[in-house]
Amino acid sequence: MPENASALQLVLSGDPALYAIVRLSLFVSLSAAILAALIGVPFGALIALTRFRGREGVIVTLNALMGLPPVVVGLAVFLLLSRSGPLGSWGILFTPQAMIIAQTILIAPIIAALSRQTLEDLWLEYRDELAAMDVGPLGRIATLIWDARFSLVTTLLAGFGRAAAEVGAVIIVGGNIDGFTRTMTTAIALETSKGDLPLAIGLGMVLLTIVLIVNALAWGTRGLGQRFAG
Amino acid sequence: MRAPVSELPINLEDVSVTAGAVTVLDRISLTIASGAPTALIGPNGSGKTTLLRLAMGLIEPTRGRVSWGGVEHTPPVRRALMFQRPVMLHRSTAGNLRYALAAAGVSRDARGTRCEELLALVGLSGLGERPARKLSGGEQQRLALARALAKGPAVLFLDEPTASLDPAATKAVEDVIGAVTALGIKVVIATHDLGQARRLAGEVVLLHRGRVAEIAPAEKFFSNPKTNEARRFVAGELLV
Repeated sequence: MPENASALQLVLSGDPALYAIVRLSLFVSLSAAILAALIGVPFGALIALTRFRGREGVIVTLNALMGLPPVVVGLAVFLLLSRSGPLGSWGILFTPQAMIIAQTILIAPIIAALSRQTLEDLWLEYRDELAAMDVGPLGRIATLIWDARFSLVTTLLAGFGRAAAEVGAVIIVGGNIDGFTRTMTTAIALETSKGDLPLAIGLGMVLLTIVLIVNALAWGTRGLGQRFAG
Repeated sequence: MRAPVSELPINLEDVSVTAGAVTVLDRISLTIASGAPTALIGPNGSGKTTLLRLAMGLIEPTRGRVSWGGVEHTPPVRRALMFQRPVMLHRSTAGNLRYALAAAGVSRDARGTRCEELLALVGLSGLGERPARKLSGGEQQRLALARALAKGPAVLFLDEPTASLDPAATKAVEDVIGAVTALGIKVVIATHDLGQARRLAGEVVLLHRGRVAEIAPAEKFFSNPKTNEARRFVAGELLV
C-alpha cells in the first residue's frame, strides 16, 4: 500500500513534525510515570505493611481505580483546571503540564495497586527476618522497595505503557494543539479522521516500537534481577 | 562477645501462650542461664518454636512474665534468632550480611571487615558475590547463622537449624555452632534430633504438649531420664 511506504519514509527520514510529536509524547508520559511512581510506590508500600480499619476497602477501591476511564479523568482534570474551576488560576489548561497531571492521576492507582501486591508478597516472606533483626518501620519499607526493585520497574513500565497509549485524557485537557500539545495518540486520531494516513501510520509504527522497547526493557530488567539478586 | 548481665539469665515465670482456643505453651517456668548450649527437644507441636520466639521477645505471653537479666520488655538488641526456614534477602551473600550488619548499627567503615570475618567463620569465604538464593540449603543455613551473628548477640536462638540437611551439611552447621559456643555466646537450640542434642547441648529441656516435661544436664537426661515422657522420647516412642 502506498500509505505504508510513505509512512516508513516519514519515520526513516526523521520528519521534524513527526519527531516533535514523539518527543512531546515521551516527555508527557515519562513525566507522568515518574510522578505516579513517586506517589504510587510509597502509598502501595504503606498499605502493604500496615493494618487499619477499612484496609480491605482501600485495596478494593485501588484495584478498581486501575480501570479508571481516561475520558473521565480528562473531564475531572478539565473541570479542575478550567478558568471557573478551583485550580483555574494556575492557567495550565491546554498545556503539557495539564496532560502530565491527567496521566499521573490515571496511572498512579495502577502503580500503587501493583506495588502493593508485589510488596505485600515480599513482606510476608521477610516479616519474621526483619522483626528478628529489629528493623524499624521506615527501614522495612526501604528494604522492601529496594529488594523488589526489579519487579517494581516492571510495574512502572506498565504504568508508562498505559500513559503512552491513552488518548481520552490528553485530548480533553491538552486540546491537541499542533506543535504544543499534540501527542502520538491524539495525532493518530486526528490524522486518521482527516484521511492523512501516512502520518497516522508512521506515528502508529513509532508507538508500537516504543511499546515493544518498553516490554523488552521489562523483560531484561527481570532477567537482571534473577541474575544478580536471586 | 561474653553475655552481658542485661540478657542473661532469661526467666520465664508461669508463662502461657494461647492462639485462639489452643494452648501452645502451658504455665511454663524456666531459667536459661549462661554456659553450654541449651537444647529444647520434643515432638512436633510441643511448643519449641513458640518458646524460642517468646524467649527472643518476638511474641508476648498470654499470661506470666518473661525477663532478660531481671528486666521485662527489653528490645532484642543482643538476642538473635535463626528461623527453621530462614529467608534470604534478594541480595548477594555478602549483601545479606552487610544488611544485617547495618541493621545492627555497625558503622559503614567496619562492615566490610566484619562481613569477611563472619563469612570465614561460617565457611562461606569466596561466595560473597553469589546471589544468596542460589546457595545450597546448607550454605543458606550457614549464611543465616552468620546473619544472626551480625549483631554480636549474647544469646543465639536456633530453630531446627539442620532440619532437612544432609549429614555433611549438618556437620558443617554444627561445627559453626561449636565455634559460636566457644566465643562465649549462649546458644539455645530447638531440635528433635536426639543425636544433635547429645553432641551439642549442656542442658536439655524436654517439652511435651506445651509443658516442660523434664529439665536436666544433657548427660543425665540421656543416661537416666527421670520422667515417663523423657524415657519414651529417648526410646523414640513419644511421637505426639
